[in-house]
Amino acid sequence: MKRLELWLYIAQRGSALVLAPLVLLHLAVILYAVSGGLSAGEILGRTRASLVWPATYGLFVVAAAIHAAIGLRVVVGEWTSWRGRSLDVAMFGFGLLLLLLGLRAVRFIA
Amino acid sequence: MRHHPSYRAFLAHRLSGIALALFLPVHLLVLGLAVETAALDGFLDWAAQPMVKAAEAILVVLLALHMFGGLRLLAIELLPWSDRQKDWIGWAAAAALAVGAGFVLRSLA
Amino acid sequence: MTGTLRVEIWRGAEDGRFEAFEVPTQPNQTVLDLVTYVQRKLDPSLAYRFACRVGVCGSCAMTVNGTPRWTCRTLVRKVAADGRVRVAPLRNLPVIKDLATEMAPFFDKGQEARGRFIPSDPSAKAVATIPPEDPKRKEADGGIECIGCAVCYAACDVVAWRPEYLGPAALNRAWTLVNDARDGDATGHLQAVAEDAGCHACHAHQSCAEHCPVGLNPARSIAGLKRLVILAALRGQL
Repeated sequence: MKRLELWLYIAQRGSALVLAPLVLLHLAVILYAVSGGLSAGEILGRTRASLVWPATYGLFVVAAAIHAAIGLRVVVGEWTSWRGRSLDVAMFGFGLLLLLLGLRAVRFIA
Repeated sequence: MRHHPSYRAFLAHRLSGIALALFLPVHLLVLGLAVETAALDGFLDWAAQPMVKAAEAILVVLLALHMFGGLRLLAIELLPWSDRQKDWIGWAAAAALAVGAGFVLRSLA
Repeated sequence: MTGTLRVEIWRGAEDGRFEAFEVPTQPNQTVLDLVTYVQRKLDPSLAYRFACRVGVCGSCAMTVNGTPRWTCRTLVRKVAADGRVRVAPLRNLPVIKDLATEMAPFFDKGQEARGRFIPSDPSAKAVATIPPEDPKRKEADGGIECIGCAVCYAACDVVAWRPEYLGPAALNRAWTLVNDARDGDATGHLQAVAEDAGCHACHAHQSCAEHCPVGLNPARSIAGLKRLVILAALRGQL
């Protein structure tokens, strides 16, 4: 693809813009839930009450999969000697794995 | 050559990013495996142990650090240049530690 | 003033070693003075580069005690760690011999970044009028007067990790041209810095700005290029 690096960079920053508010929300949820001693039933009762939670966390999973795969590709390319097509394929696989694992977990709270 | 604040900010961002990227598949896998309420309750009991809580606190700080540091990077790259971007490094670190402190206090409460 | 200083100088090409010399100290001595003394009095076979000796030409940059510097304007007393100075060739460039590096990759990247003025009207007779308060003129102002010493290039870890990266100086030059009202090819400059080794590879370490001897901020210029390149790419103008 022409200008692959530039488009990956744009996807990286774009996903970061999506992630920032979602991470803030996630941190708020963590801080809220950690002291409550909530049971699994209570947690799932709340997440399943509305589509907002699964939809929000679904978006979180998609953005995180994109962001982590692109970021890790840059790190590996700069800090190891692994570059090129095989790295691209491996990192695409890593992103796909995150997406599938994440969507499975989100389906559980829906 | 690397002894200046913005380089250290880069290192913090990169190392926290690597840690989060490696933790993420485990996190999602465990959540996805706890497909039953009973299994999730068992997991929550396990996660209530002090050592697990401490590890969680570190992850929370890394996540906050990566997010606040990332906001600084987005501001540098997407907004007009500001020489105050160096001060933002301190604010991002302070905010991440505050979130971590909040997590510890809330989990002790 | 009496006394001597232990000066360790890189000898050989890529696979060389440091050789120690004792150099008499002088008040207000520069690192370039040390190297010149060694070449003139102790070992005429020492290879190094300099021209103006007053911080204008940008040819005398070397690595001094691990930090890239312009040696003609670097006072020994400011850098001599425990009475010792270690001088090596610039990082991120092939070593030809001793302190002389092959500068071609550095200058080639200036061309690769399309860092040359493309006149919008080659037949223009009148001098273009650009008000000093013009915002683009101000942006360009922050990047001009680069002396091409390659200190930023040597200080940049992204260049070290990704050798094809255009580097701070070339991108800084492109930024001044994008903001030059007389330049007629802003899109061409942006296309050049949007290639795979372009501005988006920068991680804002800002070592370039930390080390620039004339106080430029290439990181700021690169951030500006990133904004323009993102907008141009999203608008399909690249």
